[in-house]
Order: sequence, then C-alpha cells, then structure tokens
Amino acid sequence: MFYDPRILSGMLFTLIGTILTAFGLSTRTNADVYAKSLGINANLWWGLVLLVFGIVTLTLGRRAQARVENAAGAGKPAENRKTLPKKKRIR
Amino acid sequence: MPTLAAPGLAATDSLILLIYFFFMLAAGFSLKPAMTTSRDFMQAGRAMPGWLCSLAMLGASLGSLEVLGMGAAGARYGLASVAWFALGSIPAMLFAGLYLMPIFYGSKSGTVAADATATSIAPRSIPEFLGLRFDQKTRVLNAITFAAMSAFSAGIALYAMARVFVALHVFDRIAESLNLPPTGTHLLAMAFPAALVLAYILLGGLGAAIYNQALQFLVILAGLLPMVLLGLKKIGGWSGLKAQVPANFLDGLTQMAHDSAHSGAHPASAGLVLFLIGLVLGGATWCTDFRLLQIPMAAKDVQSARKAPINAAAVRVLVPLVLVLPGLIAIGLPTPHTSILVFNDNNVISHEITVVPPAVEAGTGLVPAKANADGTPVIGADGHVVLDYEMATPNVLPEFLPTGLLGLGIAALMACLMAGLAASVTSFSTVFTCDIFQLLLAKNAADKRLLVVARCAAAGGMLLAFAAACATIRFNSLLDAILLIFAVVNVPLFAVLMLGALFKRVTGHGAFAGLIAGAAAALLHHGLTLPQGAQPGIHGGWIAVLRHPASEIALNLETAICSFVVSLLVTIVLSGCTKAKPESELNGLVYSLTTRLQANAKWWKRPEAMAAAVLLAAIAVNLILI
Repeated sequence: MFYDPRILSGMLFTLIGTILTAFGLSTRTNADVYAKSLGINANLWWGLVLLVFGIVTLTLGRRAQARVENAAGAGKPAENRKTLPKKKRIR
Repeated sequence: MPTLAAPGLAATDSLILLIYFFFMLAAGFSLKPAMTTSRDFMQAGRAMPGWLCSLAMLGASLGSLEVLGMGAAGARYGLASVAWFALGSIPAMLFAGLYLMPIFYGSKSGTVAADATATSIAPRSIPEFLGLRFDQKTRVLNAITFAAMSAFSAGIALYAMARVFVALHVFDRIAESLNLPPTGTHLLAMAFPAALVLAYILLGGLGAAIYNQALQFLVILAGLLPMVLLGLKKIGGWSGLKAQVPANFLDGLTQMAHDSAHSGAHPASAGLVLFLIGLVLGGATWCTDFRLLQIPMAAKDVQSARKAPINAAAVRVLVPLVLVLPGLIAIGLPTPHTSILVFNDNNVISHEITVVPPAVEAGTGLVPAKANADGTPVIGADGHVVLDYEMATPNVLPEFLPTGLLGLGIAALMACLMAGLAASVTSFSTVFTCDIFQLLLAKNAADKRLLVVARCAAAGGMLLAFAAACATIRFNSLLDAILLIFAVVNVPLFAVLMLGALFKRVTGHGAFAGLIAGAAAALLHHGLTLPQGAQPGIHGGWIAVLRHPASEIALNLETAICSFVVSLLVTIVLSGCTKAKPESELNGLVYSLTTRLQANAKWWKRPEAMAAAVLLAAIAVNLILI
C-alpha cells in the first residue's frame, strides 16, 4: 500500500544535488558569488555531498521496493498488477 | 546609489524551493489512493516503518518556534543552553519509548489468546487513551484543551516564521507583482505555507505528514549544516567561537537557576536545577504531546513504536548543536553599520552606500534590536536595547550562503515551519474526529463519514491556526503566551499520564481534578509573579505581584514546575479518596498490566540497551560542551 519513502527523499536530494553541483560548476570562476562563503565554492561541494546522499538513498529505496513487489507478486499477482502503475509514476 | 542590505531570491534559489514544494505535494498525491478508511487518514493505516517514524518525530519536534527558539537561546544563553536542550529532552524520549509506547500503541500485535480484548484497546489518540484508562470526562476535557492549544500554537508558529520570511524578502517578488501592501506580504507568507501543508494533508492524511516530516528533517539538516560549517570557519573554529562569545554569558542562566534553587551560584548545582527543569519541560513534550506521539502510534508494530523515540533521541543528542550554534555565530560576528564605500574607476568617483536600518545597527552582532513602528530600536525598562533574538538563525543564512545554497537554506526554514504545522493540523483533526465528533455528536457514525469529518477538521484546524496567526499580527504579545499555554495544558497532562500509566491505583476523578488543579495552579502562579523589568499583563502579574523572578524564562519554568507539582499532588490525594477501576478493565493500559514482549533479540538489539547507550552519549556530549 505504501511505497518506500526513501525513493522520494532520494529523488529530491539527487535533483537538488545535481542543480547545486551544476550551478557551482558554472559559477566556479565567479569570485563575487562566493565572497560570502569565504571563497569556498559551497554550491559545488555541498551539491556533491547531497548528490551522493541522494543516489545512495534512492538505490536503497528502489532495492527495498523491488523486494516488496517481488514478494507481493509471488503471493498475489492480481494485487500487484493493480498497484504497479502507481509505483511506476513515482519512479 | 544605495543598495539594499538583503536582496531577495535569485532564480536558482527559487528553482530549488519550487522543486522542494513539488516533492511535498508528490508525497501527498502518491498516498491519495491509499486513503480509503478513516484509519488510513488518521493513523496512516498503522503501517509506518520504525526508522521513518524516528525521522518524522525529529522533523515534527523541530517546528518553527523550536528552531528559531534554539537559535535565540544560543545567542542569549550560550552553549549551556545546548546542554539543557539536549539533556532535558533525552530522558523523556527514552522513557516514552521504553515505558509509554507499549501502552499508548495498544496491543494490536498482542498474544493470540488475548486477541479479542487486545485489538479493542488500541487508542487512536492521547485523549482516547485517557478515556480508556480513566473516564470520559477526563477525555473530553483533554480533547478540548488540546485542540485549542494545538490550533493556537500552530498559529503562533505560522506568524513567527512568516515574519522571518518577510525579513528575508522571500516573497517580495510575488508580492510586488501582485502590488500587495506590507501587511499583504506577511499574509502571503503565512497563507502560502499553510495552503501547501493543508493540500498534502487533505490528500494523504497522517501518512503524507509523516513522509514529509522525515523529508523536512533531512532538508533542515541539508540547509542549515553548510551555514554552521561556514560560520564556524569564519569565526575561527571551536576555539574562535569560545573566544568571541563573552565569558559571562552563562550569567543569565546561573542567575535563573539561583533564583529557582536559592543555592548560590555554584555552577554544578545550577546545572542540576537546569537539568531538572528541562526534564519537566522535555517530559511534557515527548511523553504527552499528541502532536509528536501520533507518529509512533502510527508505526507498523509495537516494537517499531518503541524504537522510534529511542532512535530519534540518538540523533537528537547532536541536533541542538546544528540549531544552537547559528545563534552563537550570530552574536559573535561584527554588527553591520551603514557604510559608504568610495570607488575611483577611471577618474569617475562613485559611492556605494549600504544602508542598515537603525534597529539592526543597535543590535549585537547579527542579532538586531526589536524595532518600533517607526523603525527605531525598542529600549527596555532597564535602559538597554531589547534584542530580537528570534532573528539570530535567519540572519546568519544570507550572511554565509551563496546564491543556490541560500535557496536550500530558505527551504530548510520553510521545512521546519511546515513540519510543525502539519503535526498540529493532523493531531487536531484526529482529536476532533475521535474525541469530540465521534464521542459527543455522532456515536455510531459510519467510517466514510468519519473520513469526511477528519478531512474537514484538518481544514478547520488550519483555518483556526491562520486566524490565530492573523490575531498575532494585530496583538504581538500573544507570542509570549505560548509557554503559559504549554504549562496550562501539557504539564498537568504529563503528571496525570505518568501516574496513570505507571500506577493502577490512580482513578478517573483524581486525574480529572489533577488536570484542572494543575492548569489553575499555572494560571495562578503566572498571575502572581512578574519578571523583573516587565509590565503586568501577558508577561505575568495580572492578579497581584508577589514575586520578581530574574527573567521571563525563569518565570515560565517556575510556572511549569508549580503546575506539575500541584497536579501530581491533587491526583494522588484524590485517587486515594476514590475507588479505583478493577484490574480487568486496566489490562494493557497500565505498564504493570501490559503483556511483556518476548525478548528473543540479542541483548544489544533490545530497546533497553539502545536507550542506555543514548543516555551515555548524551552525557558525554554535555561533558565536552560544558
């Protein structure tokens, strides 16, 4: 009934991490942006941290979800078919 | 050309905020198909994994008042406040996990033999538990006071964080395009998060709230950690922080402890008093507040429900560091002043003037002074400037975070507002539906109808909260009433619940009288004392002034303890005079009469071992800090 919540947070942090990393890369020569953060490209580094966290969480979540679905699929194939489209959308 | 000190958000910041909002709603939409019964809506189908409940409890406990308040306490009282925030709440969380959760959760997964009776004792809310353990009058009394408190405090939280959003110019661009007046911007800053929270709750009920609270906790950490790290680096690391912050910082706290204990300003005894005070406040939060307890009560089994607060406590040992340090950093940085920079580019002389409002200039570090309506700083009765400590954490955000991360930082502030708000709204909805609507208005209502009522109650609770927030814009002093209300509602409940959960002898009449006496004692104490340098009224002393505690926080803590002790005594005395329920009716409702779970796990995997480890860790962290 409930999908694995790690998928949601994993996706969020992967996305935010990607944006921050990309923004950090594109502004890495711009010293004005990082005057506040003591000359450290905080976007790039923190973006990478969040990206790694997001990918790990997402992988764990998807693996757990697949396990649950396989177990449900072996037991009750009809119910599995019913809930499958919902989960596809989430991914 | 003068430039504004605080610019609004750039496109990247807004993009990150928008993505976050989208995911919040996605959690609601993804759970919508599962909302078929009132149990799905109000209790998330009792199917939440334990670790998710832990994260959600952490998220829900970091409402906007807590996050702003911890920053404020850090700026005001220094590192010692970390110690009392941490140590005070942790024993309460462990106690809740070890002894209270098996009772509150009910015995859904009890032994097969006792199944017929066991399934019926699974309270959906704390008032419903009171009804089962004591009697219906206690249940109704608590349901009504709880509903009122949760709506009101949600309103205060909404107001406090919306004020921060206005100060940080988060909604300025939208307000400009709509041509809103300044009050309109404040209303927008309240209406937007409120509408978002209501939307995902209506879609996915408590389940969506829990998914989001877990997410919100992670976003709070992700948004505030870089700020703390950069701030620490700027100020020169840990030793730099200690050097920057004046040594007499502890004075406020020592004075307060001295005032309560009359034990001299010896630091050790002061610490002990603080710890005891924290214990009562922490207990009233973590052992009784349904806004937090609804989360483990929706766990998938009783073991997960027990582990949720214990695991949350393990993380909680370190969380105050992230939330209190911004306050210390804010007070340690130089105060901004109006400055004129003169440039000479190719013989063209240009001036860059940075205008700092007078109230900010009068502040200490990044903590501004409270401003009068005309922008001048407020001067207190003792001749000093009154500082606006709540702005400590928010002001550090734009100081260190570059475009991009700033969006995430604002998202973190948004997240703590929403996590607390959602906890208030879902608990309001459950208590209204179970303990007011179903008990008093429609005893045999069909489940479909309950689901509709629960959704309407969520919307109604949010409307009440919004009304309270609007009232607070008008009457700012309502903000100070929040701790009083906590002492009136939650603290007596803590005493009564503890007694009821641990001792069979406590009776319904005793509990009912204890709740009322505790509330009355809190009001009476508040009415008879006034903190030094305050006007009688909402700050206390509205009956007559008998005593002058050193500070407002000392008064509030004394009120809480007074209420706790009176409630405890009245409940014990009246229980002694009245007839107790027979043991057969108390099965599963008192700790000594719960079915013990077979401890087949290895000893280090049991909740008791985990709890002991957390307690040791908490003590270790405090020894390092003090």
